[in-house]
Amino acid sequence: MSDVVEKTLTALPGLLSLDSQTGAGKLSSTSKLGNLIRSITELTSKHDEEKLIKRELVAIKEQVSSPNTTMRQMKEMMVRSIYCEMLGYEADFSYIHAIKLAQQGAGLEKRVGYLAVSLFLNENHELLLLLVNTVLKDLQSTNLIEVCMALTVVSQMFPKDMIPAILPLVEEKLTHPKEIIRRKAVLALHKFYLIAPNQVQHIHSKFRKALCDKDPGVMAASLHIYLQMIKEGAEAYRELAGSFAAILRQVVGGKLPVEFNYHSVPAPWLQIQLLRILTLLGKDDQSTSELMYDVLDESLRRAEINHNITYAILFECVKAIYTIHPNAELMEKAAKCIGNFVLSPKINLKYLGLKALTYVVQQDANLALQHQMTIIECLDHSDRIIKRETLELLFRITNAQNVTVIVEKMLAFLRLCHEDYTIMDLVGKVAELAEKYAPDNRWFVETMSTVFSVGGDLMPPDIPTNFLRLLSEGSDSEEDDRQLRVYAVESYVSLLQTDPTHLPQRFLQVISWVRNTHTFTVFAQNSLSLEPYGLSLPISLSSCSIADRQSPTLLSISSGLSGNSTELLHRAGSGSLRLDGVKRKWGKDGYLAQREVPEEPSTPQETSTPAPQPSPQQGGALTPPSAEPSEEERDKQQLASSLFIGLSSQNSTCLMGKPEASSSQRFRRKQKNTDSASSSSGSSHSSRGANHFLYSSLLEEGPVSPIMLTQNSVAQPKHKEANSTLSEGDMPFLPAANGLAEGHDPEAPASLMLANEALSSAGGGARDSPSLMGGMELVQPCPLTPDPSHRSLSSHLPPELQNLPCSDCASLASDGCLALSCCRVHREDALVLVLLMANTGGATLLDVSVELQCPQLKVASLRGNALESLPSQSVSVCWYTLLMEEPHTHVEVTGSLSYRKECGASHTPDISASHTLDISTRLSLAHFLRPLVLSTEEYGKLWLSVSQDVKQNIQLLDPDRDPLRSSLTALQDKLQLHIVDIIGSEGIAACQLLRRGPCLLHCRVHAGVLALWLRSPVPGLPDGLLYHCQRALQER
Amino acid sequence: MIKFFLMVNKQGQTRLSKYYENVDISKRAALEADVVKGCLSRRKDECSFVEYKDYKLVYRQYAALFIVVGITDTENELSIYELVHNFVEVLDKYFSRVSELDIMFNLDKVHIILDEMILNGHVVETNKSRILAPLLVLDKMVES
Repeated sequence: MSDVVEKTLTALPGLLSLDSQTGAGKLSSTSKLGNLIRSITELTSKHDEEKLIKRELVAIKEQVSSPNTTMRQMKEMMVRSIYCEMLGYEADFSYIHAIKLAQQGAGLEKRVGYLAVSLFLNENHELLLLLVNTVLKDLQSTNLIEVCMALTVVSQMFPKDMIPAILPLVEEKLTHPKEIIRRKAVLALHKFYLIAPNQVQHIHSKFRKALCDKDPGVMAASLHIYLQMIKEGAEAYRELAGSFAAILRQVVGGKLPVEFNYHSVPAPWLQIQLLRILTLLGKDDQSTSELMYDVLDESLRRAEINHNITYAILFECVKAIYTIHPNAELMEKAAKCIGNFVLSPKINLKYLGLKALTYVVQQDANLALQHQMTIIECLDHSDRIIKRETLELLFRITNAQNVTVIVEKMLAFLRLCHEDYTIMDLVGKVAELAEKYAPDNRWFVETMSTVFSVGGDLMPPDIPTNFLRLLSEGSDSEEDDRQLRVYAVESYVSLLQTDPTHLPQRFLQVISWVRNTHTFTVFAQNSLSLEPYGLSLPISLSSCSIADRQSPTLLSISSGLSGNSTELLHRAGSGSLRLDGVKRKWGKDGYLAQREVPEEPSTPQETSTPAPQPSPQQGGALTPPSAEPSEEERDKQQLASSLFIGLSSQNSTCLMGKPEASSSQRFRRKQKNTDSASSSSGSSHSSRGANHFLYSSLLEEGPVSPIMLTQNSVAQPKHKEANSTLSEGDMPFLPAANGLAEGHDPEAPASLMLANEALSSAGGGARDSPSLMGGMELVQPCPLTPDPSHRSLSSHLPPELQNLPCSDCASLASDGCLALSCCRVHREDALVLVLLMANTGGATLLDVSVELQCPQLKVASLRGNALESLPSQSVSVCWYTLLMEEPHTHVEVTGSLSYRKECGASHTPDISASHTLDISTRLSLAHFLRPLVLSTEEYGKLWLSVSQDVKQNIQLLDPDRDPLRSSLTALQDKLQLHIVDIIGSEGIAACQLLRRGPCLLHCRVHAGVLALWLRSPVPGLPDGLLYHCQRALQER
Repeated sequence: MIKFFLMVNKQGQTRLSKYYENVDISKRAALEADVVKGCLSRRKDECSFVEYKDYKLVYRQYAALFIVVGITDTENELSIYELVHNFVEVLDKYFSRVSELDIMFNLDKVHIILDEMILNGHVVETNKSRILAPLLVLDKMVES
C-alpha cells in the first residue's frame, strides 16, 4: 500500500497542471480557492507569500461581510482563511463568520464552519460562547450527521462553564441506537472529564455502561476516560482489571470484526490502549497483576507478524511486564523481546529497544549488561537520536565507578550539540552526576567548568546555584573543602589568564563569585549570599522535567558521613532488588552462559594463563585475556568494562524526582572506598561491618588484658616447646579456623557462622567502649599466676578476638629472654595478626616495642606495640589489624622487636643492654579472603558486571568420585570460598578480598580437568586467587 | 499524547497543520520551519524519530511530502509512525490514489478525516470505514 501511495505522490509534478486533477471532491480550477492554491504552489519567496496572503485576506474580508454571500461561498472563504492562518497570517475577522457558517450552513458547509471554529479558536476564546446555542440546536437535530458534528466539536473545545447546558443532551446520546452517536457522546464526556472532572462525577456508572457497550468502537472510546481516571488513581479501578484483561484477550484473539484490523493485526491501537490501562492497574499490586499475566503472555505470543505495528504492541507489552508485579517467565520473554529490538538492523526498532532498555534498566541492570556491546556501538552511532537515547540509558546506570567515562561521553555529545533544549537537559544531567559521584575535587571542578562553558546561558539556574552552595557550605571534611576551593580558584585563575571573552556570562559570574569569596575570605565556612553581582540563581528545580532526572536519593543522603557509608546504603538499597522476578539463570550450559558468549566475543573459551600474575592495572579497564582480538574490539571491550562496572550492585536507584536543591544531594568526595560497595553480600552483617568501619578510627579495639605465662611454659625454655604448649593446649576450645592453612576442620561452616556472630558482638562491644587513645598504657603486664587454666592461647587473646577462627600459633623469633610467636585471627572485616611476647627469662624486660612493616598491606590499627616493662614469666599481647589493598599472592611482613633487660635488682636501666629480635612472617592472599554469601541470581548479575577475568585448567581432586564437589570443598576449606551452587558438572563460588571487592569462581569439570574461570572487579585478584586455587588443590 | 500533526513538503511549505495544544499562531511558522529542518536533514537510513524541544517528532515521508507528528515522551513512537501510515491509507482510500494536490484542494476534508482519527491528542478511531463514514454521508448530501 505504501508503495502505491509513494508512487502516486512521486508522480506529483506531472499533476501540477490542474486539469489532470482526479479523485473525489474536485475543485474547479477557476475557483478562488483554486487560484489561491495554485498561487501558493508557485510561491518562491517569503516575500511573495506575504504579498499574496495579504491580498487574499483583504479580498476575503471584503466578500465575507457582504450580505449576498451564499453559504457555499462562505465555506470556500473559510477554507481560504484556514489556508492563510496555516501559513501564519491571522484572519481573525473570519472567526465570527466561521461560527455563523456552523450555525446557518447545511451539511458539509456546517461541518466546515465547525472545523474552522476548531482551527481558529482556542478553548478560552470568548467567541466560543456564541457556539453554545448552535451546538444545543444540533444536538437535538433529527439529522444524525448534525448531531455527529456537534458532538465532534464539543469533544474538541467547549466553554467549561456551559457544560451543564448540554450535558443532559450528551448523556442522552449514550443510549442512542447508532454506535457512532454513542461513541461520539463518550468522547464528548471524555473532554468534559478532562476540562471539568467534577461536572461528570455523577455519571461514572454510565462510563461503565459504555465500557460494556456491544459495539467495540464505543467500548474503545470509553477507555480514554478510564485511562485518564486510572492515571489519577488506580485504586478504585483495580476491580476492573479482570474485565480489561478479558477485553484484551478477545481483541488479541481476533474476536473483533476484520475491519478493525490494521495490516492483519487486530485493532492494534486498541491493544496498546488496553495495555496502558493494565500497566497502571497492575503497578504495585500483585493480585491485580496476576490477573493479567496470561493475557500479556498471549499478547507476546500473538505478536509474531513481522510488522512495525506488532513491534509497537510488543513495546507496550514489555513496558507493562516491567511495570507490574514481576513474573519471572514474562520478564524473560520481555527481555528476549528487548534483545530482538536492540539487535535489529532496523533503526527504528533499535531505537525502541534502547528506549525500552532505558525504561527497564532501573529494575534489571543485567539487561544493560547483556547488551553492553550493542550499547557501545549505539554510542558511536551516526544517528544522533540513537546516540542521545544511549546517553539517556547510560545516565540511568551511572555509579561512582563509571561516572567519569559516562560524563566524558555526555560532554563529547554536548560539544557537538546545537539544540538548546538538549543542551539544557544534558548539562543538567552531567551536573547531577558530577555532584553525586565525583571521584575527586579536580575532576569535579573541571567537569563543572565544562558544564558552565557548554551550558552557557541556557543552563538551568539551579546548576550554578547548587555548585556555589556546595563550594560555600562544604562537606564535613575541612581539608576536602579547602582543597576543592583551592582547585576551583586555581582553575578559574588560569582560565581567566587565557581568553575569558568566550566564556558565557553565567560562567563568568560563577568565576567572579568564587574568586571573590574564596580567594579573599580565606575559605569562610559560613553561609553566603547566593546572589552576588545581581546573579539571580533561584534555588529551584531545573526546567527539565522531574521524571527525567532519575535520582538515587538513597545514595546521596549518605554523603555527609563518610565515603564508606555508601556501602551501607548500597546494601540497604539492594534490599529492594526485585530478585524474586529474576529467573534462575541456570540452564544446561550454566548460568547465563548463552548470554555471555555474544558479549565477549574476544574471550577465548579455554585460555591457559600462566599461574600467578598479579595485574598491576588499575581501575577496571582491563580486558580479559584473549586470542588476538582486533584493536577496535579491544577498545570496545575496554569501554564496556569501564562503562558497565559495578552495575549490578547499583540497584538502589530511585525514580523519584530530584530532591529539593542540594539539601540531601551533597557532593561526595570521599570515593576511595566505593569499590567495597560491591564487595559484600547484602546481608545485614555487612552493613554492620560498614558501621564498624565507620567507627573504627575512633574506637579501635577494646582494652587488653595481658595474661601470665603458666608455670608449664616457663618450665619449657625452648621456644618451640613453649609454642606448642600455647597452641595445642586448649585448641579444642577455640572455634576451628576455617581451613586456615594447616588445620582443616570438617565442620568449618558451622564454626564460621559462630565466628560471625562473635564478630558482631565484638563489633558492638568495640563501639560501646570508651575512646581509647594510644592504648599503650593499657597493655600492662600482669604478675605471674600459677593457675593452669590460663594457659590456653585463647585466654591470651583479648575478649573481642576470642572465639574467632584463628590459626595455630607460630614462633617468630626468640632469644634466651623473650619468645615471640604470632597467630592470625580471621576477623570478618580484617586480618588480625596477634603477636605474643613471652618473657621467658628471669629479668623484667623494659621498653619492649615492636615495629612491623609491609608496604603492600594497610595497617588499619595496632595495639600494644610498646610496653614500658614486661615482668619475668609473663606474656603480653599486641596485635595489628591488616588489610590487603592490592591483591598479592604473598606478602612478607618484616619488623623488629626491641627491648632492654633490667639490670639485676637495681631499677636503673642498663643502657647498653638493648636487644633486638628480627621478625619475619609471610601472609598469603588467602588470609585476606572471606566467603561472600550470595544467591545464584546475585552471582549472575555480579558476574556480568565485573571485568577482570582469568581462566585456567587445573588438576582435579578425586577424579573418580565426585571430583567437582571434592575440589570445590577443598577450595572452600582452604580459601574461604562460599559455594553458591553446584549443578551437574559446574559449580560456582564466591569470596571477597576484605574491603576491596568480590571474586567469583566458575568451575567446570571438563575432560578430566577443572576449568576454572575467575572474575572480579579488582585488578589482579583473579590471578592471585587462581594461584591459590592451584596451590590448594595440589597440596591435597 | 500527540501535540501536533503536520504535513509539509520538501520545500518546507506547510500543507496541513493541526495543533492539539494551544500554540500561538505567530509561533507556528517558526516551529514548523524548525521541525521541517529537523526532518529534512536526516538520511533515509536514520531513525524516523527526532528530538525537538521536549517533544519527540515522528516523521514519515511519502514522495515529496513529509508527515510529522509531535508527541510527548510517554507516547509510543512506533504506534504513531503506523498511525501516520493508517491516515495516509485512509486518504488513499478516500481520494483513490491520493496526491499532494488532493490534500491541498481538499484541506477541509483532510481535516475532517483527521478529526475522526485524533481528538485532543488521543487516537480515537483507526477503523478506516468508520473514519470515512461521516464524510461520505456529507458528500452524498452535497451530491443530492
